[in-house]
Amino acid sequence: MDSKSSSDEKVGVIGAGSFGTAIANILAENVEEVLLYVRTPEKAHQISKDRVSSGQKLANNITVVEDLQHVAATCEVIFPMVPSANFREMILALSPFLKPYHVLLHGTKGFDLYIPKKEKIAKGNPLTRDHVKTISEVITEETSVLRVGCLAGPNLARELNEKKPAATVVASHFDEVIEIGKKLLKNDRFMIYGSGDLIGIELCGILKNIIAVGAGAIDGMDLGQNAKALFISRGLVEMVYIGKALGGNAQAFLGLAGVGDLIATCTSNLSRNFSVGVRLAKGETLDQILASSEEVAEGIKTIKIVNELADSYGVRCPITQTLDKIFNQEMTIQDALTYLMSFPFRAEIDFFEQPVVD
Amino acid sequence: MNKNKVRYSEIIPNKRDWPIVQLSRDRKAFINEVATDAYHQFVQGKNGTIREEIEMTIHREKLRIKANPWKVDPPDEHGFWKGIQNRLIEIDPEDKEKAREQEHQIVKDIIHRYAEEIAGNFKKSSYRFAQSFVTFGFARLLNAARVKGLLALFSRQLDLDDKLHVVGETEHIRQLSKIGTVVMVPTHFSNLDSILIGWAIQYLGLPPFTYGAGLNLFNIKVLAYFMNSLGAYKVDRRKKNPLYLETLKTYSNRSIQRGCHSLFFPGGTRSRSGEIESRLKLGLLGTTIEAQRELYQNQKDGKEVKKVFIVPVVINYHFTLEAPALIKEHLKRTGKERYYVEADEFSTSYKISTFLFKFFTKGSDISVSIGRGMDILGNYVDAEGRSTDKNGNCIDPRDYFLRENKITVDKQRENEYVRVLSQRIVEEYHKYNRVFASHLVAFTAFKMLERKNPKLDIYHVLRLSEEDLVLNYEEFKENYKRLRKKLEKLHKKGNVDLANHMMKKADESILVGLKNVGLYHNKRPLIAKKNKIIIQDTNTLYYYHNRMNGYGLEKFI
Repeated sequence: MDSKSSSDEKVGVIGAGSFGTAIANILAENVEEVLLYVRTPEKAHQISKDRVSSGQKLANNITVVEDLQHVAATCEVIFPMVPSANFREMILALSPFLKPYHVLLHGTKGFDLYIPKKEKIAKGNPLTRDHVKTISEVITEETSVLRVGCLAGPNLARELNEKKPAATVVASHFDEVIEIGKKLLKNDRFMIYGSGDLIGIELCGILKNIIAVGAGAIDGMDLGQNAKALFISRGLVEMVYIGKALGGNAQAFLGLAGVGDLIATCTSNLSRNFSVGVRLAKGETLDQILASSEEVAEGIKTIKIVNELADSYGVRCPITQTLDKIFNQEMTIQDALTYLMSFPFRAEIDFFEQPVVD
Repeated sequence: MNKNKVRYSEIIPNKRDWPIVQLSRDRKAFINEVATDAYHQFVQGKNGTIREEIEMTIHREKLRIKANPWKVDPPDEHGFWKGIQNRLIEIDPEDKEKAREQEHQIVKDIIHRYAEEIAGNFKKSSYRFAQSFVTFGFARLLNAARVKGLLALFSRQLDLDDKLHVVGETEHIRQLSKIGTVVMVPTHFSNLDSILIGWAIQYLGLPPFTYGAGLNLFNIKVLAYFMNSLGAYKVDRRKKNPLYLETLKTYSNRSIQRGCHSLFFPGGTRSRSGEIESRLKLGLLGTTIEAQRELYQNQKDGKEVKKVFIVPVVINYHFTLEAPALIKEHLKRTGKERYYVEADEFSTSYKISTFLFKFFTKGSDISVSIGRGMDILGNYVDAEGRSTDKNGNCIDPRDYFLRENKITVDKQRENEYVRVLSQRIVEEYHKYNRVFASHLVAFTAFKMLERKNPKLDIYHVLRLSEEDLVLNYEEFKENYKRLRKKLEKLHKKGNVDLANHMMKKADESILVGLKNVGLYHNKRPLIAKKNKIIIQDTNTLYYYHNRMNGYGLEKFI
């Protein structure tokens, strides 16, 4: 395989967090130039000077830029890699420069939460899918771009940076976008799988973070591998149920972006969401954890959102619910463990059928 | 009365300049063009499977001729297919080169026959006649009925437009028809729709549209005459073979490219359930996208490309003539219940005539809401036909087909685009749907029935016995008012339209609804008796209730 640039294309990456940087470096192997957009000017200058971003060395053909318009004007294919909390704001800023010929492939593993100012979420007006969107939905809602896709899979940024072998899923309704993703990202240690189930794959990436937080807590309490495996299995079932209720289908969860990503994040200290769980178990509160984290752990926001959504749609999700209670200090981590261990889950380890009530 | 009635002038006064007239003058060449193009589309990428496809087509066609013959079918059909079969048998498979050539010739011949079949027989003289017959004749009937009895047949006091309201973006569609090719996509509830739309088109001063009408309608003489003269081409739903479908799509694509304004009913057939279409047939809709892309591909330097504009149209009735048969068919399809389907109310000329007479003598309004024009991906266009995205930025639809700065042909991509377009059309339908009181009384009553019997599934609710089919009026009114309030909220947000009579006092509005819901059916679905509301026909009530689906109203009852 050709390790030198195989395309004279220029592509953009928006957001220089650890995953954004890792993807920029992978892209740099295949294209002529990568424009890496960094929002704050000081940070941009710093990265530009040091050629290091989020602890990763930048390839030579990556150019750090601060101008979104420039990215849109230069690149047909753009990879937005910003946290879900900032995504809508970013896309609104980018939108005026986007044209229908653009292709967007995002790597954000969180929901967008949007409640209009006048509206109040209350009993008569519960949180629903109208307020909670996946990132691809936000893109098509706010821009004229239709050719949208996402990246998901076990892709711990540090391992990618160390050039260890890995694979990712590129999901899109458009075969064309999957092909573009393959062409731009593929190299001899990075495999690409394609999927047409965009929403399903996005949900995999989002929901697995819930389970990762819990798995971290189990690790932090030093409960052993049996307990963790039990937890992950139950977690996967919960993901499938929630995913189905939100418009995904079960298949995606059993693939690389589902189980695959779940295993990676639930067993690695490199995962931010996992670390949140570990720290919770060590007795820190959510506020303390948030105050001292550099990058966002998407799982925290996701747990809150999914807990409310599950309520609106009547989906049973004991794990999410319990974690939310721990966040709100309504439950100690010990109580949570006792609760989950006593919860009758006989029928729960069953992916495709709703539990039978007898 | 009617001092400030709107009159629309004809946009292209000289009928020789109508695109459809030019097309029909050029009929032969056009058919050849369609046939050649469809042939190329069809054989593209097919290696070795052509013979199979021909065999399958022959097989299906012969079955159809035997099992489901229609009056309109040409007499030489049987002979034609026999001939094709013989030619296929005579091909010597050893001589590969020649066999290929012969097979391709057969494909060409079949497609050419189909193209002939599909092509309309537009006659400008009879267009005028048919149109004025509709306008004049109906208007006379209307006067006779409404004003002073039969003598008023000669009065001009009332016109058809007193009865039929064309509302919405009327100036916009006129404007768009001058700068591009308009593709109208109406909802479809009744066979009357084609005539109504034909009338609305003429009323708006637009040149005639070409449209695909079900061939079954040509079985009925009265309709056949109108269809032929109003620029219809024929769609035979019995023929589902790939050769036919390709020809049909190419026909539509080519006439759009030639600038013929077109009309599709994207729901395919009449809504069986009474619901606004939520799933559209993607095949014909896709031809708009294909046509637009090809127009861009063939763009000559510096010349502006004709844009294709999609205009959703919602037709609202208080009642649908065919409702009883339609809903039975729907229930038969969805339910386990075995329903006996009676003959369609639209099956004979006699039935239609009596309906029309009833319609004009009894008075029940119909409205045709014209939606805002969109480009082929559902972006709104402004008065100059420029597409704008959700944030009001101008966009060029050509960009949707670009990859690395060139227009590329990607079938899968375009299939996705059709899905996007169809979703947008459905959204627009709900927006422009003009709610009549009759729809809301039906919805309220049916939902109350369901709530009163929470344990029953829909089929059991439909079979409730008489004594369970009585509602308290006061309770009904409360529910009606609550739902109306929700609708008003949606209306303010621009998510639905409301008929003027909806704004009256609750009692009055309910009265209008009760008076009109299912007006001409043998059994009225709902009647008021003292302080009770009595449900007489659950099936048709269910049908009219379905129209209000998709607004999330059920939460509030």
